[in-house]
Amino acid sequence: MAVELDVFVGNTTIMDEEVYQLWLDGYTVNDAVKVRMEGGVLEEFEASADVLLSDTMDQYRTFQMCERLLHSPAKLANQLLFQIPPHRQAILIERYYAFDDAFVREVLGKKLSKGTKKDLDDISAKTSVTLKSCRRQFDNFKRVFKVVEELKGPLVENIRQHFLLSDKLARDYAAIVFFANNRFETGKRKLQYLTFQDFAFCAGQLINSWTIGAVDNMVEDMDVDLDKEFLQELKELKILITDKDLLDQHKSLVCTALRGKTKAFNEMEARANFKAFAFETFIEPCRSDRWTASDMRLYLTHYTNSAHILDTFKHQVVWDRYMGVIKSCIFKMYHD
Amino acid sequence: MPGKLKAKIVAGRHLPVMDRASDLTDAFVEVKFGNTTFKTDVCPKSLNPQWNSEWFKFEVDDEDLQDEPLQITVLDHDTYSANDAIGKVYIDIDPLLCSEAASVISGWFPIYDTIHGIRGEINVLVKVELFNDLNRFRQSSCGVKFFCTTSIPRCYRAAMVHGFVEELVVNEDPEYQWIDRIRTPRASNEARQRLISLMSGELQRKIGLKVLEMGGNAVVGYLQCFDLEGESGLVVRAIGTACTLDKLSSGSAPNTNTHVHPNTAPASNACNSPSKDGKESPLAHGCRSTHNSPVHSACSSQRLSQNFSVSVPTLIFTGMGSGGSAGKEAGPLKTLLRQQTQTALEQREFPFFTLTSFPPGFLVHVGGVVSARSVKLLDRIHNPDEPETRDAWWEEIRQEIKSHAKALGCHAVVGYSESTSICEEVCILSASGTAAILNPRYMREGCLDIGSTDHRFEEPSPPSCGFCHIPYDELNMPFPAQLTYCYHCRRQKVPDVLFTTIDMPPEAAVTGKGCLIQARLCRLKKKAQGEVNATAISNLLPFMEYELHTQLMNKLKLRSMNALFGLHIQISVGENMLLGLASATGVYLTALPAPGGIQIAGKTPGDLSNEHHILTIQKRINDTITKNKELYQINPPELTEEVVGSPIPEPRQRSRLFRSHSESSDELSELDLSHGKKDAFVLEIDDTDAVEDIHSLLTDAPPPTGFYSCNTEIMPGIYNWTTGVQMFTSVRVFRLSNANLTNQGLNKIFTDLCENLLKSFYFKLRSMIPCCLCHLNFTVAVPEEELIQVAVTAVAMTFDKDQTQEKPADKPVTKGCSETEEQLQFPLELCADSSSITTQTSSKISGVPESTNVSPRAASVDYGSFADRCSTWLELLRLKAHTIRRGSVKTISSLERSSPLPEGRSRSLRSNRSFGGSSVPVVKMTPLSFLPGTRIIKYLGIINMFFIRETTSLREEGGVSGFLHSFIAEVFAMVRAHVAALGGNAVVSYSMKECVLMENPNKNQAQCLINVSGDAVICVIETDQESMPSTINVVQTCSSGADGAT
Repeated sequence: MAVELDVFVGNTTIMDEEVYQLWLDGYTVNDAVKVRMEGGVLEEFEASADVLLSDTMDQYRTFQMCERLLHSPAKLANQLLFQIPPHRQAILIERYYAFDDAFVREVLGKKLSKGTKKDLDDISAKTSVTLKSCRRQFDNFKRVFKVVEELKGPLVENIRQHFLLSDKLARDYAAIVFFANNRFETGKRKLQYLTFQDFAFCAGQLINSWTIGAVDNMVEDMDVDLDKEFLQELKELKILITDKDLLDQHKSLVCTALRGKTKAFNEMEARANFKAFAFETFIEPCRSDRWTASDMRLYLTHYTNSAHILDTFKHQVVWDRYMGVIKSCIFKMYHD
Repeated sequence: MPGKLKAKIVAGRHLPVMDRASDLTDAFVEVKFGNTTFKTDVCPKSLNPQWNSEWFKFEVDDEDLQDEPLQITVLDHDTYSANDAIGKVYIDIDPLLCSEAASVISGWFPIYDTIHGIRGEINVLVKVELFNDLNRFRQSSCGVKFFCTTSIPRCYRAAMVHGFVEELVVNEDPEYQWIDRIRTPRASNEARQRLISLMSGELQRKIGLKVLEMGGNAVVGYLQCFDLEGESGLVVRAIGTACTLDKLSSGSAPNTNTHVHPNTAPASNACNSPSKDGKESPLAHGCRSTHNSPVHSACSSQRLSQNFSVSVPTLIFTGMGSGGSAGKEAGPLKTLLRQQTQTALEQREFPFFTLTSFPPGFLVHVGGVVSARSVKLLDRIHNPDEPETRDAWWEEIRQEIKSHAKALGCHAVVGYSESTSICEEVCILSASGTAAILNPRYMREGCLDIGSTDHRFEEPSPPSCGFCHIPYDELNMPFPAQLTYCYHCRRQKVPDVLFTTIDMPPEAAVTGKGCLIQARLCRLKKKAQGEVNATAISNLLPFMEYELHTQLMNKLKLRSMNALFGLHIQISVGENMLLGLASATGVYLTALPAPGGIQIAGKTPGDLSNEHHILTIQKRINDTITKNKELYQINPPELTEEVVGSPIPEPRQRSRLFRSHSESSDELSELDLSHGKKDAFVLEIDDTDAVEDIHSLLTDAPPPTGFYSCNTEIMPGIYNWTTGVQMFTSVRVFRLSNANLTNQGLNKIFTDLCENLLKSFYFKLRSMIPCCLCHLNFTVAVPEEELIQVAVTAVAMTFDKDQTQEKPADKPVTKGCSETEEQLQFPLELCADSSSITTQTSSKISGVPESTNVSPRAASVDYGSFADRCSTWLELLRLKAHTIRRGSVKTISSLERSSPLPEGRSRSLRSNRSFGGSSVPVVKMTPLSFLPGTRIIKYLGIINMFFIRETTSLREEGGVSGFLHSFIAEVFAMVRAHVAALGGNAVVSYSMKECVLMENPNKNQAQCLINVSGDAVICVIETDQESMPSTINVVQTCSSGADGAT
């Protein structure tokens, strides 16, 4: 004696946001029923466990049928199968493309390949995000990556239009795509303290200033690849370090400007090696020396400005483009 | 050659990938009508092809136009092998054949494949040019309008109701032809879909011809059914009510008052006053429910020649005195009346009406439910052109119904419907309806100029109770019943309970709210073949009918109600069992006496333990009754006792004249009344079965707070619907274990199944609270030996909680005058109405100038409507433009100047459209004949679609549930697409008439057939236009209302 078939179809597709979240989080039907029971829907509504099970199954089926459409969200708006009010559609999409920070932190900068996909169970174990949910998120990254790869125009805008995401989420995806494309390693132990949002911010900065798109906005991959010319030009900035004269001049300028303004000056002076800022070589030591954020800000501002005063330093534009990003990235990354 | 059909294929989108190598598709389209086929060019390598074809023109007979669908096939071009079909679209041309319906079909249609389901969409444009047909012997009936709606459609008035039309066509079922063994499932399914489409086209055409013959121009309450008789063939049959409908001129369209009750105001007023004298007494008969539907079961086959009929006086258990003996004086006039009306009706073979709600004044008295069933053995249909056998079967049943109605003193049957249940070669044919006396005015030629004769038939008694008064002769009652004087008018006799198959007349006075009442029953039977089987079934039927009625009666009493509306009894036959499901909406009619309680009696009064047991049960029952009274707010006015004292409260003198010697009988019935409460209805517990029965009585859980449910159009007692609407279909199949099942066990399972379904609905729709599930339509089937299938289609509608409390309070006070009628029947106007009242009062208090009240009012109109109104804007605009034009007579040019506003809006609309060119128009669906908060401004034609879906990868599609879930969703999508293509934004009177699911999980296969129908309409958001013609303020209201909508 069993219910062999049980379906409920509404003309307007009925979707419970709570169940949707459970589905997205990769709960099985039974687990979802448990969670809902604990959530107290039953008492609220004098329903039995059977009713809850039936409802959950129905909703899961609906979501599964919708999933295909969610893969290309634009289709959701003009498909005929489900009648879903526009604001609901937006919620469905936004939630479907939402991701766990813990998960993305693991994947960020890795190649979105089959190999990485195989490691998802490890990541799932590590982040306690269900494997199903990991897969969904990973596939989302990959899907977005693939679509925007071939598109012209600004990255964030492309993501927003193709996946109908909110601005915030589109920016996050842009960051993910950017990192995946450039394979910036974010998994190093020293970087562990950084959150995805820190990286997303940096990616945003890089995209805005350092990519080809920052110069020319009609090229393929414009926001994904760093501007090669710019990277070439950067080499010329090395003059600041390699040219002994310039280095000393710059150093003294900075030191003068900073003198008396901070207690940590002595250390700073010592520290100010004025090398090109690589993460480990700058932030890490500063962190260990407990610079305060304001100290850091002060230091960098002067460091940037002093360069302008150097007469022999010819690459002001490139310097600004370089330091602008470096500055804001370091500000962002410099926290506990 | 009276017609030219033109079709243009514009584009496709979301096509499936047909070429794995390129991940693309080379699509082209074949357009076929009759035997002519056109092709588009191949659009290479695209999943979103743009064909933009020329106009393909078909020159055809209008007969073909009616029968044939336009068939559009999308294919993938393949240079080397056969082209692969992607899917098909069938478009019914019928709506284009009627000048008043749609003029063009244009839109995106889902491309449907019977194996893969929906595979992309195609944009098509279809037009028809009709030439006037001068041929008198034509076979076509273009222009006859069809409506599924079982009431007079909202923007029409009935000039005349002609009566019953029926037709059936038979054919061999392609699924059972020899060729089916060698063709693919897809080909077979498509052959079947096409055949049924053809057959229903033909059927509709034939019915149309009959209507034209009768002088009508429309069929209302059109009910078409399929009988899949398996080996013996395929029957498509339809019944309906032929009418002459006048479209209300567009000028009056915005004025809801006029179109709502086309016939009342002028007609009844005119004849009411002079006729009073004659009328009171002639109709001095009450009415009596006949759950007593004398059941006739006939079993016949060629060899089994004897027809036997069983009459079940279901009311035997009432054991009540058989009413008073008054009414002699009614004799002569009554006969006269009967003669007159009968001449009008009896010219017709069957005075049947498929309508369930009527223009006021149409329904004079209601007798009770009449039903007939007959068990038949199917045999192969040898000659499809001569469907005589089937015709004869139905003829027989209809005769039966007609004679039942006669026995109830009625000349007509309303709320009439027919159905079948087939298992192997046994078929149960059922018909049921409500015996009634109708006002002949509507049935006669030139009915509108009311002659003097008509006056005497006018119903003088208040409409809120008139229909309850018995139509039959008290001395000659068809069954034992207890009659009392009407509690409302005190003049005429009413029965103690009333069962009907119709919707509650809007003018009826009710106390409290109604509720869904279901009787459920399973009966095991031995497996058998042929005649033995048929005989066994027909022997069981009367008992089932009896038990269902008993259950209904008990449950009705338990809820302290006294009338059932929308009663629908379905008996479904399976190999080893019969299922019976009776659904109805119970109400407390103010005109009928209060129901007595339920008394439990033991068989052995001496047994102490038993006594105790009985007492506890009795207590539970009493508690339930009290609880139910509270729940459904049944607190009948306590005036009964006092009023009873005076024999006839205010019995106009004229009736006294006629009643002179009936005083004595009044006293008699007085006695009846006074002990109305004590004659509780006794249930004997004499065996365990009875105990079970009582337990099952008490298991029906009431709906949770905030929910109501009914199976009629709207819930009696709720009047203030808001715009939230959610139509749904739910199907459940239950597999019985192989264990030895008893009838009791089965009953329990079946009851639980139904109850759990309801609980599920309540839970799923909890976000809509306060809300009412309306038109709950349960269909049961026994698809296989151990399976029970229940399919439900219903609509959940929200209502405004606060106003409910007010309404019943002042309701009993208002004596069904025409104003209340309107409010009752068209609750949607009520919102606007009452809010306008409140705003008016508020304005009086605050002294705010009138024009300002207008805006909150407008806001209240669109508040809560969650639908996309985009598509209705256009209509609204037109309407507004119209109002402005109308208003401008009085209104000064300032309004004319304000015209830039609508123009601006139309521009924004257009831009909106182009933006939303990609977005899909919202199409609402409802099984009701209206959408709350909106007004139907145009009927676009009937939607009647038949789909087959089959799968050979059941597991991959998520099992049967997954398979059916997506199929139902696809069916909805296709209905919506067709309606949108006709230019509509809603389907009313939607129903799923067939859902046949066959599965074979072992083979990983399943097949399902679904048949749906409804009326495509355009409706606009209701603004308070009813008061529009009067003031200029309202014109402003209207535009501000539109503002709110944008």
